[in-house]
Amino acid sequence: MKQQKKIVTIGGGIAGTEVSSILAGLGYEVTMLEKTNQTGGKLNQWNHLFPNGRDAGDITDFLRQKIAMQTFRVLKTTSVGGVTRRNGLFEINTNTGEALEANAVVISTGFDLFDATRKEEYGYSIYENVITSADLEEILRRGHPLATSRGTKPRRVAFIHCVGSRDEKSGHHHCSRVCCVTGVKQAIETAKQLPDAEIFCFYMDLRMFGLSYESLYREAQEKYNIQFIRGRLSEASENQDESLLIKAEDTLSGRPLKMNVDLMVLLVGMIPGKETSRMAELFGLEREPNGFLRIADPHLDRNRSSVKGVFLAGTCTGPMTVDETLEHARSAAIDIHHDLQGMNS
Amino acid sequence: MNAFGFHIIPPRTIDFDQFDGRLLNEILEKEPSFRICLSCGGCTATCNAGTLIDFNVRKMNLLLRRGETTSLAKEIDKCMLCGKCMLVCPRGINIRNVIMLLKKEIVKFNEVQP
Repeated sequence: MKQQKKIVTIGGGIAGTEVSSILAGLGYEVTMLEKTNQTGGKLNQWNHLFPNGRDAGDITDFLRQKIAMQTFRVLKTTSVGGVTRRNGLFEINTNTGEALEANAVVISTGFDLFDATRKEEYGYSIYENVITSADLEEILRRGHPLATSRGTKPRRVAFIHCVGSRDEKSGHHHCSRVCCVTGVKQAIETAKQLPDAEIFCFYMDLRMFGLSYESLYREAQEKYNIQFIRGRLSEASENQDESLLIKAEDTLSGRPLKMNVDLMVLLVGMIPGKETSRMAELFGLEREPNGFLRIADPHLDRNRSSVKGVFLAGTCTGPMTVDETLEHARSAAIDIHHDLQGMNS
Repeated sequence: MNAFGFHIIPPRTIDFDQFDGRLLNEILEKEPSFRICLSCGGCTATCNAGTLIDFNVRKMNLLLRRGETTSLAKEIDKCMLCGKCMLVCPRGINIRNVIMLLKKEIVKFNEVQP
């Protein structure tokens, strides 16, 4: 059934595409703005997904098919320039000079990855053999072999958990949630590619919250012999041959520990996206101390923002997995539908 | 004889590059359940020997994984093989078998005979 009401979705990643397609299916006139020239968000850069190792392309294809149905308008390379509000209607001016009217707005501008160069003591972009989890994903996605800067096969690989998460020094108190299981997934993928390599994960806590994440962790220990050392990396230094000497405390035995590794992978956390912060200012949205957008109620109202008519979907509200993002987008669609039908007020 | 009254203190740091994994690999091969230890400490808390003397079952895993064979040899002798630790282990590790295997295998790798 055709509705008179209009919705503008800002951000064309997982959450934006999902919420737009559902609202379009309910008959609303939906326009989705995407600032880059490609929808799908950061998922485009990912190779395989936890917990089952499926191709990230499965999800991007699922989203692309929804866009291909053309039930809603998609404006690429388009971002919001300004917002005005009149008689309960939003008027959104884009950088391309369009003025869009909307009864409701969805913010789905997502997250940014923590910039690992800020943890200088870990040596990212200083030492040759330090990469991030996103870099590793890119290497695997391109089908390149895992190799050191000198082209040799790594014999020892270390994964470092909580880089830019739970870290007051870098200004991010929060737990990014997904990196623990990403580390386990990537450690297994590394073990599969380099069966002779020793693989270590340095962790503070391991938070295997998902239903089958714990079994993945167990599989990593049992089947792939991945060793977990409880202790946060204090520093890394480069040897003459570009391998790395890393230091941590083995907190379970209470002694300092050092080892040389050929490759080090930093599991970078999720922080509020730059575009998310800009939307907070443009729409006057309240934010959490960690910078993510504040939801109206942590149990009962997870998609409304502090401003009436502005709804939130996905990782602009905090770190989420792909499945959680899809669910959050779907629940946003229901809330918007209820509001626009006058069922909630 | 130390004529000067001082000596060099050996470093406490665990140097993984000096790690000898032969004993660990042999134990893991013969008792694969030992791979999945979470270091929760349930075994240590329930251990009969541990309530009376300085003995920590959980640390046995660590000593083995850090290649501290000499200290390990002293530790396993304290175990009475009662098997209580196995009753509480959340991952069902056959700890008693690990100790039995260690007792058998450690002589091969340890310079100091236990």
